[in-house]
Amino acid sequence: MKRLISVLLENEPGSLSRVVGLFSQRGYNIDSLSVAPTEDKTLSRLTLTTAGDDHTIEQITKQLNKLIDVVKVIDLSEGVHIERELMLLKVKASGAVRAEIKRCVDIFRGQIVDVGPTTYVVQIMGESTKLDAFIEALGDAVILEVVRTGVCGLMRGEKSLKV
Amino acid sequence: MELLSGGDILIRALSDAKVKHLWGYPGGAALHIYDAIFRQDNLSHVLMRHEQAAVHAADAYARATGEVGAALVTSGPGATNAITGIATAYMDSIPMVVISAQVPQEKIGEDAFQEIDMIGVSRPTVKHSYMVKRPEDIAETIAKAFYIASTGRPGPVVVDVPKDVTDPNNKVAYKYPEKVKLRSYQPTTRGHSGQIKRAVNLLMSAKRPVIYSGGGVVLGNASEQLRALARRLNYPVTNTLMGLGAFPGTDRQFVGMLGMHGTFEANTAMHHADVILAVGARFDDRVTNATERFCPSAKIIHIDVDPSSIAKTVRVDIPIVGPCDVVLSDMLDQIQQGDLQTDEPAIGEWWQQIDGWRARHGIYTESRYEPSTNDNIKPQDVIKTLYKVTKGEALVTSDVGQHQMFAAQYYLFDKPRQWFNSGGLGTMGFGLPAAMGVQMAYPDANVVCVTGEGSIQMCIQELAACTQHQLPVKIIILNNQALGMVKQWQDMQYGSRYSHVLYEDSLPDFVKLAEAYGHVGMKVTHYDQLESSMEECFAMKDRVVIMDISVDHHEHVYPMHVAPGSMRDMWLSKTERT
Ligand SMILES: Cc1ncc(C[n+]2csc(CCOP(=O)(O)OP(=O)(O)O)c2C)c(N)n1
Ligand SMILES: [Mg+2]
Repeated sequence: MKRLISVLLENEPGSLSRVVGLFSQRGYNIDSLSVAPTEDKTLSRLTLTTAGDDHTIEQITKQLNKLIDVVKVIDLSEGVHIERELMLLKVKASGAVRAEIKRCVDIFRGQIVDVGPTTYVVQIMGESTKLDAFIEALGDAVILEVVRTGVCGLMRGEKSLKV
Repeated sequence: MELLSGGDILIRALSDAKVKHLWGYPGGAALHIYDAIFRQDNLSHVLMRHEQAAVHAADAYARATGEVGAALVTSGPGATNAITGIATAYMDSIPMVVISAQVPQEKIGEDAFQEIDMIGVSRPTVKHSYMVKRPEDIAETIAKAFYIASTGRPGPVVVDVPKDVTDPNNKVAYKYPEKVKLRSYQPTTRGHSGQIKRAVNLLMSAKRPVIYSGGGVVLGNASEQLRALARRLNYPVTNTLMGLGAFPGTDRQFVGMLGMHGTFEANTAMHHADVILAVGARFDDRVTNATERFCPSAKIIHIDVDPSSIAKTVRVDIPIVGPCDVVLSDMLDQIQQGDLQTDEPAIGEWWQQIDGWRARHGIYTESRYEPSTNDNIKPQDVIKTLYKVTKGEALVTSDVGQHQMFAAQYYLFDKPRQWFNSGGLGTMGFGLPAAMGVQMAYPDANVVCVTGEGSIQMCIQELAACTQHQLPVKIIILNNQALGMVKQWQDMQYGSRYSHVLYEDSLPDFVKLAEAYGHVGMKVTHYDQLESSMEECFAMKDRVVIMDISVDHHEHVYPMHVAPGSMRDMWLSKTERT
């Protein structure tokens, strides 16, 4: 099962590699990863998606908590939460498909952020499944390049991950 | 405030962290640090002959004393040589700080001479690591390193120190922090009282209980509490390889070690148990055999200071996160204050059953091996003789192989911190430097390294360091002329195809080798010489003695788990199976 895990991490040199190293060392996979400093510059917030049964996820959260640089860990998928991912695509846009791509971008509430004579750069934001659906809708034939940020997420309501 | 150079600060900080002995080996990037060592006399530096051995010795010093071990190595090859030692300590949760020198910061990343990314290379083998970037940060980093190494589930911490940080011309203020606080690290100090209550209820209702205690009881100084609880309940106790001595080996309630080479009675009792109290043990694969078949009718209570140890390999019914000593004494208090009684008739029956197993197959009550003849000494008899000659009081280190298992089975350890071996990583070469670390901690004790002719050659160079630092350890080689444990597996699983486990007459003459280092060498080939030679060996209080004892080449270690299987599936000899 897919899980979204959020980690508050000391913003120290090497702390990210400890997290990533833990996953490869213990045979867990990371499907996506996003990380950046928070409003407090001494802390980073890291969000990762992984898959596994309950036992594996329990071990992952325990092992993450065991890292000295990890301040807090939550499994966002355990509760109601919001998740978002940003994707940029460079697509072939010439002739008849140009208008069709524009329509598709509108349906997905995306934006065309760069226009070339035969290409567009498209920006789409939302849950990962929406991004997948957009790729599906366009088809391989027009897509030149795809880059995704990886998922980030927050719990809904008043609860928050703080020191 | 005093102004000191980084090198001086490092050594001062180590002294302020209560380091008495620093085990190490110098080199270019460590020169400033070594100069600082030369100019002080608060701590003593012990020059070893290989960084692996320096780290093993620091590790064993920590195992023997409960203090944090400390080692110092230079950059590059010094650092990589230390890795085996660090990994050994990590797998056994030993509190240790390893200082590695590093090339100057302006050279980092340039593949400079003797540059290695020590933080990267050591990462999977440490509890934590730091690179110090300014002399101002050294004292605080050292304090943090010692705090992390010694609290919670202990483990090794690496501090990497670039050469420019120890520059003698850059002096800064020194102050050792009085307290360390880390917002991201707060080890648990008490068990959850509700969980303890549930555990006590379950424990008191047990009809076929076993207390399964591991290295955490030794490390957590919880041996006294374990003994008190076990005696109050009159339940059988088994120790893991790492936990030997936590419960006395000679006690009636002790059913022996459990696991792959555990006793018949310990493994069988585990299999039939209805309640297992696991304390500071981690259900390692060398204990459980196939986890799907592990103890089918048992409800499991698991006490461990590290939550990630709980339910890692087997399901647990009542987890209790906390230090073993505190949790066990809380349990004992609840039992003493409460009105629950153990089920005495059921426990009586359980003991009858266990005593029956013990009488039938116990390694202590019945000879489980062909006795020695005068020209064929059995390795088991060597350990029994060692036990007799040292009155069961020696501090025993070991390497890895059959000799290690025989030592674990036949030397009955009555005290915690009496038995030292690399249980987790299984590092051949640990035994001799470990004996040196233990001897440094207890200069007057009989310290014995029980080893094989294979393992001893992995750190044999330390015979020189024994001379230099007057560490009169005794080395007992169970010489079976083979990498015996590997050969045993080749016998059992590969039709006795002895692929690269024999030496073709290339073994050194250990007597001459001992003499070359200025030590005493003794060769024992006949059983009737064994005890008297050993007496002679231990009479030489101030000498390093190597006893090269020829033992049966064909002996196997039994019992041995049949894998994959349950706890009770064992080979009891070459021909008998449960
Ligand atoms: C560094 C290292 N290399 C290899 C092994 C694998 N190994 C385990 S036991 C063993 C044989 C040890 O031989 P010896 O020290 O003579 O002990 P014996 O089993 O003969 O008593 C080997 C090679 C190991 N544990 N450690
Ligand atoms: Mg051997």
